[in-house]
Amino acid sequence: MMPLSGDRPRSAVLSVVLVLVVLALALAPFLFPGAKPLNVAAKICIFIALAASYDLLLGYTGVVSFAHTMFYGVGSYGVAIALYSLGPRWDAIGLGLAIALPAAALLALAIGLFSLRVQTIFFAMITLAVASAFAVLASQLSWLTGGEDGRNFRVPEWLQPGTTFIPRDVLGVAVTGRTVTYYLLLVCCAALFLLLLRVVNSPFGRVLQAIRENPFRAEALGYRIVIHRTLATVLAAAVAAAVGALNALWLRYTGPDTALSFAIMLDILLIVVIGGMGTMYGAIVGATLYVLAQNYLQTLMGTVSSAAAEAGLPLLPQLFHPDRWLLWLGILFILSVYFFPTGVVGKLRRPPG
Amino acid sequence: MSSTDTDAGAALPKAPRDIVPLLLPLALALVVLPFIPSGSTWITLTIAGLAMGMMIFVMASGLTLIFGLMDVLNFGHGAFIAIGAYMATLVLVPLSGWMQADSVWLNLAAVIPAIALAVGVTGALGLAFERVVIMPVYGQHLKQILITMGGMIVAEQVLYALFGPQQIPLPLPASWRGSFALGDAAIEKYRVVCVLVGLAVFLAMLAVLNRTKIGLLIRAGVENTEMVEALGYRVTRLFVGVFMAGSALAGLGGVMWGLYREQVNAAMGGELLVLVFIVVIIGGLGSVTGCFIGALLVALATNYAGFLVPKLALITDIALMVAVLLWRPRGLYPVTSR
Repeated sequence: MMPLSGDRPRSAVLSVVLVLVVLALALAPFLFPGAKPLNVAAKICIFIALAASYDLLLGYTGVVSFAHTMFYGVGSYGVAIALYSLGPRWDAIGLGLAIALPAAALLALAIGLFSLRVQTIFFAMITLAVASAFAVLASQLSWLTGGEDGRNFRVPEWLQPGTTFIPRDVLGVAVTGRTVTYYLLLVCCAALFLLLLRVVNSPFGRVLQAIRENPFRAEALGYRIVIHRTLATVLAAAVAAAVGALNALWLRYTGPDTALSFAIMLDILLIVVIGGMGTMYGAIVGATLYVLAQNYLQTLMGTVSSAAAEAGLPLLPQLFHPDRWLLWLGILFILSVYFFPTGVVGKLRRPPG
Repeated sequence: MSSTDTDAGAALPKAPRDIVPLLLPLALALVVLPFIPSGSTWITLTIAGLAMGMMIFVMASGLTLIFGLMDVLNFGHGAFIAIGAYMATLVLVPLSGWMQADSVWLNLAAVIPAIALAVGVTGALGLAFERVVIMPVYGQHLKQILITMGGMIVAEQVLYALFGPQQIPLPLPASWRGSFALGDAAIEKYRVVCVLVGLAVFLAMLAVLNRTKIGLLIRAGVENTEMVEALGYRVTRLFVGVFMAGSALAGLGGVMWGLYREQVNAAMGGELLVLVFIVVIIGGLGSVTGCFIGALLVALATNYAGFLVPKLALITDIALMVAVLLWRPRGLYPVTSR
């Protein structure tokens, strides 16, 4: 058994960080009781798997896609629409997945075959255009998707917050359907992550990296570039759709803001680049840092902003306004592309000097 | 062996003229004519489409030129559009008295400095952006996309921080308001202004590209950058100049669009970027003429579809792009070997 597919963290610090993150996520319902911390933990899990699937494209294949949220949204909406129209049943979830996953894969196949022939820069532009058209379409087809309001739906009884499994508290925490949903999410995201780790360390993954490094040479060695790139796109899309479905189950809601907005795309991009492109573990580090920053940095910025306002400094209160947190992450993003393109993980693996 | 080796003294063979794409907008306008109930509606829709197309062209032309010459796809182009529009509000909001005055000259006295400021600031920012942000990543597409995207995020956030998150109203000058009648058709004055400005920009670009030495160098640079460099011209200076001009055009387009919508917000750059990309892809990356035709096609199709089948208007851009790419996988006028 090789759960890590022979691709170890290769850095003592990184290993410790990863073990801490995984332990914290695994014990989150008991370590950090309460609704908000559990939401944060669930979001970290979601983004780990989502960013890892994006890393397969960006980091390992060298393809920039702006349609990753579209596939994520397909999964979200698939499960949401199925549960909304069929009621809270397990087979509804199955049906939603059975429709959404192939749909996402087919969509990715079509876009890939269509635009990866020419050059990757074309792919970036076309995915951006298609994704924005898809988002508009989803918000307009309100009979199906609920439009801007999205769809609220009920989940099967086992996953409902009101369901209590053990009459007594365990370690001071009530074990409810919410706990079960969280662990379902955690296990699925972990499985998807390990699957992706397996893929990038397979011969197929090696070919992807060869194409990223030198497409001409890879082609000369007999590997069909378009087919490999397209397959990577399809795989990443299917994983993203699965993650989207999990997120829908967790939120019990799917709408344009949670499933299709371009902000999620930027989140993923920032996570992968800051965490480290082409490392997979970067997704774990990046997602953890990013989601924590998103939820707790804003409080800090608010303090700085009001302190600057009291001191009467110009402009600083606006620049540190909690709504402007993306500004600082954007700057961090640009600097990381320049100065440490392998991200946090790359830095940890190769200490300076 | 090709014949050029033997009769080198003879005149160079003329480049084959490819006029089919040029006829597409006209063909589109004629094809929908029977479906539209009245001729006056058709005229109104066509003028609206042309005006929108011209605005998109002004915004997109800079992007396509920059890509053609420098092989840089600037995902931050949308930020320049938004910055241009915001700069216009800096002038036009304090001068709103002149804007509302019923005098063409007072209106122009407000609008011209606004455009000058927008073009100047976006041009200068373009210079800084090229020198500081893009220069280190020439030739690396992946990093270019990521960095210019990051630049877009930062620019949008800075605009929010400086101007606040609310929409800023940008009313049209009084003399451009309203419409006049052409037969039965009502034609908005500002749309005619847009068409004229867009045509002027297009003709000026064609004149510069085809009739001046700078234009010759740019066209040669699009074809083969190394060769131009080897002949002793400083391609980097050309790069900077084109980048500034392209950014300034984005700023001009931003002002036009802001006046058209009569409001400005920081998210407009990102929204327009998608449209600009579609136009540039349809036209063929790097081609100014292709970009012009692409812009007209997209805008006309959107307007006609919005009238005939409103639901369909949401995806006309994409459908058009797919159709064009199925016919010509590299766009209407593919430029360079890239």
